[in-house]
Amino acid sequence: MATRYFGQPIKRNEDPRLLTGQATFTDDVHLPGMLHVAFVRSQVAHGRIRSIDTTAAQAMPGVVAVYTAADLGAYWQPGPLLVPPPPIQDLVFNPRTQVPLARDKVRHVGEPIVAVVATSRYIAEDAAEQVFVDLEMLPAVVDLEQALTPAAPLIHEDLAQNLNAHVIQRKGDYAQARAQAAVIVKRRFLYDRGTAAAMENRGVVADWDARNQQMTIWDTTQAPVFIRNGLAAMLGLSEKQVRVIAPFIGGGFGPKIMMFYPEEVVLPWISMRLGRPVKWIEDRLENFYATTQERGQIHWAEMALTQDGRVLGVHDTFLHDAGAYAPYGLTVALNSQCTLLGQYDVPHYYTEFKSVFTNKPIVTPYRGAGRQHGVFVMERLLDIAARELSIDRVEIRKRNLISPDKFPYSNDIIYQDFKPLVYDSGNYLPALEKACALIDYEKFVQEEQPRLRAEGKAVGLGLVTYVEGTGIGPYEGAKVTVEASGRVSVATGIGTQGQGHFTSFAQIVADQLGVTPDKVRLVTGDTTEFYWGAGTFASRGAVVAGNAINAAALAVRKKVLKKASDELEVDEDDLELVDGTVRVKGSPQTAIKLGELAQRANPMRGAVKPGTEPGLEATDYFGPERGATASGVHAMIVEVDRATMMVEIKRYVVVHDCGSVINPMILEGQIHGGVAQGIGNAFYEQLVFDENGQLLNASFMDYLLPTTDTVPRIETDHVETPSPLNPLGIKGAGEAGAIPVGPLFAQAIEDALNNEIEILEIPLSPSRLYELVSAAEKAP
Amino acid sequence: MSELYPVAVTVNGIQVAREIEPRMLLSDFLRHELNLTGTHVGCEHGSCGACTVLLDGEAVRSCILFAVQVDGQSVTTVEGLSADPNRLHPLQVAFQEKHGLQCGYCTPGFLLTLAPFLAENPAPSEAEVREVLSGNICRCTGYQNIVDAALLAAEMLRSEKGG
Repeated sequence: MATRYFGQPIKRNEDPRLLTGQATFTDDVHLPGMLHVAFVRSQVAHGRIRSIDTTAAQAMPGVVAVYTAADLGAYWQPGPLLVPPPPIQDLVFNPRTQVPLARDKVRHVGEPIVAVVATSRYIAEDAAEQVFVDLEMLPAVVDLEQALTPAAPLIHEDLAQNLNAHVIQRKGDYAQARAQAAVIVKRRFLYDRGTAAAMENRGVVADWDARNQQMTIWDTTQAPVFIRNGLAAMLGLSEKQVRVIAPFIGGGFGPKIMMFYPEEVVLPWISMRLGRPVKWIEDRLENFYATTQERGQIHWAEMALTQDGRVLGVHDTFLHDAGAYAPYGLTVALNSQCTLLGQYDVPHYYTEFKSVFTNKPIVTPYRGAGRQHGVFVMERLLDIAARELSIDRVEIRKRNLISPDKFPYSNDIIYQDFKPLVYDSGNYLPALEKACALIDYEKFVQEEQPRLRAEGKAVGLGLVTYVEGTGIGPYEGAKVTVEASGRVSVATGIGTQGQGHFTSFAQIVADQLGVTPDKVRLVTGDTTEFYWGAGTFASRGAVVAGNAINAAALAVRKKVLKKASDELEVDEDDLELVDGTVRVKGSPQTAIKLGELAQRANPMRGAVKPGTEPGLEATDYFGPERGATASGVHAMIVEVDRATMMVEIKRYVVVHDCGSVINPMILEGQIHGGVAQGIGNAFYEQLVFDENGQLLNASFMDYLLPTTDTVPRIETDHVETPSPLNPLGIKGAGEAGAIPVGPLFAQAIEDALNNEIEILEIPLSPSRLYELVSAAEKAP
Repeated sequence: MSELYPVAVTVNGIQVAREIEPRMLLSDFLRHELNLTGTHVGCEHGSCGACTVLLDGEAVRSCILFAVQVDGQSVTTVEGLSADPNRLHPLQVAFQEKHGLQCGYCTPGFLLTLAPFLAENPAPSEAEVREVLSGNICRCTGYQNIVDAALLAAEMLRSEKGG
């Protein structure tokens, strides 16, 4: 196969539509007779519903209907458990999932209680204010450590305590590591909540067409196929009667793969009930409460090392904040557990977590999906150990890296895909050395830093490593068709939220079929176009769907060669696919255009040969045996202003290995964006809940997202270690940029402040740094 | 429902007249009355900049203006950024060239913040570009490629003028 486009920085096919305002997002769908829905949401974190009075709202002009849980009848069901617990011995798991409209109790601020339907969104919101919900307030469970104490109020009263899950996993025998250790370092680490804050809020448009008995749903989801299957079952319809379209989506980052959001369940029901199209578009305030969040964990971790800095073992126990319900199973906490050991060859590992229910919004994966926490704990422990042993921070990392001859490398424990955690391939030292060279580590430490310190400047450097489990199963599929025009259409089941799938997937097809990528039209996220699929999550789109598309395109290529061989009476081996034609090697005038060939494969008269199919089309699937492990190193230099405790990033370097690269331009964009979110997570973004479970900073005025003046220029370099687990050798890249930024900030700031403080928490902020420095100054 | 008020606006060079509620936001008027859905709404509190449009040539946030406030004025949305519908504006070309967009949701706001800025500052520094864009939030790109696209667009606009 010619590889003309794979690996090239091709400009994106989808951009002109997006740049001219022609791309359809969910809120852009306007249908005749469409009604608008607003939700009455809980204003308290924990309470019992005594009564609901909707009479005033119903009497308002323009209000069409007002629904409570009671109106839903048998349709009212708790949502499905999306991911069952993995096969781990002695695992405790208490699934409790969200409900369409709260019936007896509310368990977090923002939980929907009543749906108001009106002729405009303005009227629907007015009427929602006229609904009176009488609530008995209950004490809220907010603090993770208090949640499991006997005094804690019960969020789900049928459970004996607020315990969602308890999981213990082991590699080797940590007791042995402890017995052999020359030094043990031990700390408590806190990683607090943030929100994905995709620029587009969520939204659903549902249109029940009673004449055709057909339901069409536009949904800001990352997983349209599962949404279709679930809703068809709930609504009592055939899957073929439900079409889910995930159109252009304004950023996903994880929370848009949550299923099923209450609004996704309620809107189609209302449309069927009223026989009219209905729309609900989340506003930013709702997004802060009603869209899922992530990151709350507390770790108690220790590391056992030899005198020369070899890590013998790690012992980690942590609490994971699941929020009020846990529809996504244990994915986030398992990722923390399974990412912690990172690039290091650690023989003994004990890891235990308790996932606890709290009266806060639901936790599901958000870019990184628990990996941040594990990397934070491991990298911090290494920094602390390096200081204690007087070993250079880069040197201690080098001494512990898994060497290239050890792959595939097993960590023995079970990963989120239920398979043993085995790294497929990796080559860690060259990336570390590249990062050191790029940031000029030696020169900074030996010359620059002392010089700048002498000038009174608080400058520091951070350098951390990480791995990212990507590209997990189960599978994706694709249909590739050569059309009579010579254009190629491709349909796949995943949704797309800005990853450039329209282009990178077109590049794969273009190489197989000898056309230019702009001749390849890709459709994603429309269940009518492709029936099967799982979704865009866990950095798996390019890996799994990309390989499925490659397989389908390869099957079409074979059909093309066969048909052309018949038509041109030339042996298949003598043919090549170039410039939209099939031609004879060395004799390019003997050729047939792809479109012409497609036409001949679907003739008006004559016959399609028995045993063959009409057209030049194929459908194929790809399911990886297990996930592919990407890796990388981030390094940065910061300057801290001691007066304001503001941190300025002077340089930021990423050296990344995600196997074979389809489109380096798109890959770099993914890394830049991931780093920006990581910077937000590390230093600007923190959801602040008070003791009643009220979010105190639910607006972009108060919850600070990184902007052009806080995100630096990012210098990137790559190492390519192809994955042996898929034919294209790809590993995922979507989450990598965001994962290691917390410990990077911690190390760089400690270094800048001459190790006056020890940082054991994320997010940080100037005021938090001021508190830490003040406390350190006061300490004896 | 409150009383309706007449509003007459020139949008992308075309005169439109409607009777609307005085509380209707300019963003909703453009998107849902005129079906110009290229203007996107990210926060509805004037903070993210996604809904930025030009009002008499100046960048404003359409989610914190009422449509009746712009009566008699001229509005340009992303659909009208390029004078020639068959040709991309240099800003649009530069954004594609430099991969200055991913999901594309915030992009119209960035384009319309930059258009009047580059008209007044044909040769901005990177710092000046970062300053003018600091009120627009993008969650996908990390900004670097947006800044590079703005600098490229400035160069293209200069050579267009010069040539």
